Amino acid sequence: MQAFEYARPKSTQEAVKLLADAGGEALPLAGGTDLISLMKDGAAAPKRLVSLQHVGELRRLSHSSSAGLRLGAMVTLDELLESKEVAAAYPAIAEAARGVHSQQIRSTGTVGGDLCQRPRCWYYRAGFGLLAVYNGKALVLDGDNRYHAILGNSGPAYFVNPSSLAPILIALNAKLSIHGPQGERELSVQDLFVNPKSDQESELALRPGEILTEIRVPPAGGAKMAIYEVRQKEALDWPLAAAAAVLKIQGGTVESARVVMGHVAPVPWPSPDAEEALKGKSVDENVAAEAGKAALSKATPLSMNAYKVQLARVAVKRAILRAAKGEA
Amino acid sequence: MRKKKTKPPQDGFSRRDFLKGAGITVSTSLLPMPGTAAARPEGSSEVLGPNPVPITLSINGAARSLKVEPRVTLLDALRNQLDITGAKKVCDRGVCGACTVILDGRAVYACNVLAVEAEGHKIETIEGLGTEEHLHPVMAAFVDNDAQQCGFCTPGFVVACKAFLDKHPNPTLADVEHGLGGNLCRCGTYAGVREAVLEAAKTLKGGHANG
Repeated sequence: MQAFEYARPKSTQEAVKLLADAGGEALPLAGGTDLISLMKDGAAAPKRLVSLQHVGELRRLSHSSSAGLRLGAMVTLDELLESKEVAAAYPAIAEAARGVHSQQIRSTGTVGGDLCQRPRCWYYRAGFGLLAVYNGKALVLDGDNRYHAILGNSGPAYFVNPSSLAPILIALNAKLSIHGPQGERELSVQDLFVNPKSDQESELALRPGEILTEIRVPPAGGAKMAIYEVRQKEALDWPLAAAAAVLKIQGGTVESARVVMGHVAPVPWPSPDAEEALKGKSVDENVAAEAGKAALSKATPLSMNAYKVQLARVAVKRAILRAAKGEA
Repeated sequence: MRKKKTKPPQDGFSRRDFLKGAGITVSTSLLPMPGTAAARPEGSSEVLGPNPVPITLSINGAARSLKVEPRVTLLDALRNQLDITGAKKVCDRGVCGACTVILDGRAVYACNVLAVEAEGHKIETIEGLGTEEHLHPVMAAFVDNDAQQCGFCTPGFVVACKAFLDKHPNPTLADVEHGLGGNLCRCGTYAGVREAVLEAAKTLKGGHANG
């Protein structure tokens, strides 16, 4: 790991200044569960780390049935899971946090870090860059792409978004606060993620010196919600495919639905096709399976990952069924 | 069946002694630690490093002062500078659990925590859990249930189990599997570990805990 400077500011304002002063050579440090490993592998080499550990305002978690949920970016996954209010009002958010395996990651890993963690693509982790190009050749296309994207993969990016919380947060229309040298701005969770079109672009819409500070989830308003993750291993790994479903059910039929997939594309992948397939229907096994098929109807798997198409269909189907049954 | 192990010789010349003698800078001091929690360092806009900075860590109830570069992990500080080597360095990427220590009551990967970030937190390592004469109930349960083979993952597992049982005194088997999924054993002693955790939970409830 390259040597770096370290600062531990007490306020967001100080943190932004410390980041800006380093002219794009600084990174914020949250739980460190991803960044420290990236630095050991040389995939990140900041000259300065600005620790957010002592910024108390980023550790707040508050909930009210009228205003919804506010999560400071430094709230840990464990703290999120310990909140009875989150478990009651947003059971699918809690379930997504529980899916971050292991306990040690949940102890230090933060909600902001879950959203801002970098892709798990092994070419990226091995130092070939986000687009995994070597001698002008896209390594993913001819290489081992079994865990790569099956949607949104017309290139040049083929990695998948690794966040566990993003699909359900997007399905719940959550918003983010971003603080930077120019002040505060708001982004939808979906707009945090970018499908990069050149090696100059990041997969996160954060400008140099900006920090993700808060996640705001609107009241669920009686909607039913669930996630489902298809995994190869129960622990110490990311899902192969995942889906979040939020259903508004009136008189036994779906009035409106949000379906968002994870781990299938460079960004979390909402499926208007699945949502359309559910509208006006009474959810049963067949309806949910049809929605799963619709969600993957435009999938374009790579040479080694066609199996993920079926896994993602199943994730969508089961998330919908679980939501309809009230099973998070 | 619990067997007493013989003590390793204390007067031998170890690789670690050699390393110390060979010019590795070690700057530590042992101070009594009042109470349990260390004073939290005040945050400030002061920029530290990249050269070594003085820090004080609260480890197993004692304050240990040392100098580390900001890039040094808690695991490397424990092992290389403080000679606290129970936490093992295996994957060094937060995916195996051999380096597990307890930070403010929660199991964490010491390889993924910077030593400077651990300042102000209460750190517990395997060394603080029990001794050969007074095994912690989790340690005793590991011995009784054959929950180790080569033993390299064992300290991390025992520490993770201790932290888990502190938070889940009445675990189900499913709780155990979810709560301890962050530790790997290449010898595959998981069946023994599961038994050990459930047995330790009973012992701890019975009031035989010493840690």
